[in-house]
Amino acid sequence: MKGDTTIGSDVVPSQWSEVISPDDSLLNLKLREVWRYRDLLMLLVRRDFVATYKQTVLGPVWFFLQPVLTTLTFTLIFGRIARLSTDGLPMILFYLSGITLWNYFAECLNRTATVFKDNAAVFGKVYFPRLIVPLSIIVSNLVKLGIQLLLFLIVWGYYIGVGANIHPTGGLFILPLLVIMMGGLGLGFGMIISALTTKYRDLIFLLTFGVQLLMYATPVIYPLSSIGPKYQWLLLANPMTPIIEAFRYGFLGAGTFNGIYLCYSAGCMLLILFLGTVVFNQVERTFVDTV
Amino acid sequence: MDIVIKAEQISKLYRLGEVGTGTLSHDLNRWIAKVRGKEDPFAKVGETNDRTRKGNSDYVWALKDLSFEVGRGEVLGIIGRNGAGKSTLLKLLSKVTKPTAGQIRIRGRIASLLEVGTGFHPEMTGRENIFLNGTILGMTKREIKSKLDEIIDFAGIARYVDTPVKRYSSGMHVRLAFAVAAFLEPEILIVDEVLAVGDAEFQKKCVGRMKDVSANDGRTILFVSHDMTAINQLCHRSLLLEGGELKATGPTSDIIATYQRSFLNSGFNEVRVDSFCAINRLVFNSDVYTSGDPATITLALSFMQETNLSGLALLFYNELNQRIAIIDLRNFGIIGKYDAGQTLTCQVEVSEVPFIEGTYNIGLYIESGQVRKDITDIIRIVVNERKQGDIIPYLARYRGVLNLNANCKVVL
Repeated sequence: MKGDTTIGSDVVPSQWSEVISPDDSLLNLKLREVWRYRDLLMLLVRRDFVATYKQTVLGPVWFFLQPVLTTLTFTLIFGRIARLSTDGLPMILFYLSGITLWNYFAECLNRTATVFKDNAAVFGKVYFPRLIVPLSIIVSNLVKLGIQLLLFLIVWGYYIGVGANIHPTGGLFILPLLVIMMGGLGLGFGMIISALTTKYRDLIFLLTFGVQLLMYATPVIYPLSSIGPKYQWLLLANPMTPIIEAFRYGFLGAGTFNGIYLCYSAGCMLLILFLGTVVFNQVERTFVDTV
Repeated sequence: MDIVIKAEQISKLYRLGEVGTGTLSHDLNRWIAKVRGKEDPFAKVGETNDRTRKGNSDYVWALKDLSFEVGRGEVLGIIGRNGAGKSTLLKLLSKVTKPTAGQIRIRGRIASLLEVGTGFHPEMTGRENIFLNGTILGMTKREIKSKLDEIIDFAGIARYVDTPVKRYSSGMHVRLAFAVAAFLEPEILIVDEVLAVGDAEFQKKCVGRMKDVSANDGRTILFVSHDMTAINQLCHRSLLLEGGELKATGPTSDIIATYQRSFLNSGFNEVRVDSFCAINRLVFNSDVYTSGDPATITLALSFMQETNLSGLALLFYNELNQRIAIIDLRNFGIIGKYDAGQTLTCQVEVSEVPFIEGTYNIGLYIESGQVRKDITDIIRIVVNERKQGDIIPYLARYRGVLNLNANCKVVL
């Protein structure tokens, strides 16, 4: 029976359209089924927005308020008091760029990591490819990122207008690639953690803490160049580092832009995304029994 | 017949108790066994699922070696007590979780309705929720769009379709949710106890809709319910599950009778009444009646001492423990003096059992001199609903206690 242990609408031998069995191939990612449920993905994104911003006084203004307030805080604490280097860039722009990107990654990671816990009620009652939910999280964060990038562009435009010390380079055109890489990393890591947390709950506490620590291990509040060459490799092992540096280089003209580093990030992303999807699909099939 | 579902020896093992204690070590053991190609070490210690007996293992078979087939267009009922494995079976069929062993093969698109309104969001409008819920259940946006008007109409909420559902009454909420499900068009539909919600009127509408769907469109339905009336109305054939195993399968009325019999006391034990008398026998000619059937009751008493029997009556109690009828036996020449060691055996004929469907407890009233005793809950009988015409009757709880034998003709 090993031959027809396929689930889903993928190739099934004989006239049966579906076979439900205990074993499932590790590599059966059911992507075709995910495509079939794409309408659900869009509706979940919509639900996300409606749910978050209906009945809040400021509504979508929160999208702007979050990065603005964090930037101001960072400017005050890390810029003015701690006097960390910003590679000679205006502090506001430096922190805003870091925060906007980091928030996207962190949100993707955090929300994907708790996807089983948050959706246990629905998952226990009806089947659809579970991968849809993390994907919808990525998409709705993408929309959020778009709005926040708009804010960044406005501030950026202002600083260019007043003739600040920034020199946009052609590197800014790889922005879409950077966004894909960050989304992929967040999704991949998130799925791996989500699979672990279904059984070992305590990992969730570790997560919030871990993501915060990870931020300090990423050049969000300081530039890579401020770290001595002796330890730079440590920071560069973090696949988020080249992404944020490349973004700053592209838009602001200061930072590290290195094709090899970026390829490393992309490689990490593909590997983690693949691992995450495999693990997620395995856990998805029995997690209902353990929550 | 064309087989659309074929389940072969499916089993499901659950781990009881706190999840998280020692699981890491169990997981490791299990994983090592798997890598070495051995059987799951924890699968062996499982036993059949019986909640009343405390097992000595942490693992329990919620389903064990279940095999069955379902044909195209069939409406299959699944009956069993709580914990018999009904919900687990539906979960496996709807792919919410996977079996521990065995295989289920399915032909055609399958949709499951284990709950109405899955994924409804209170802040979203009725219309938005129709789309959200519909896509969760496997429809595409386009399919929903083409049926939107019918769905809104079926739910009867046209006026409120653009109001957030948090403002809906609970009845409207359920109606909307069921309406979405009612217009799913899978080849196989799995329905769990969802009819238990909503008012009687709407329930009727739902059962009607399900009948339609299977009869006219040749779609297969798997239906789980504790409501024997609904099962009887809808299902041609049923499965009876007990402790995770398949107990019986066959025509619904037979299966329901088997199921109900499992509730009845097995065998009659002698009942002592004070020190003077014992009930040796109290038996009905059947355990299960259809409302309106005749019944014969045999009663045997024996007296341990000289007794002046001044009263004897059979008592009938319904599930709410209300006494709904008695049969007074004083007029049938049974009262009088009995010697020690003497027995009294009598047969009571009831021309029809008029009760509505349900389980009834039978008791006995005995009066002798100063002693007056109600002995309740001696045996039980089950009364099933009599089918009358095509109209689905109201739920039992709305229908009082008796079925009146009535007729009606239009005179004007």
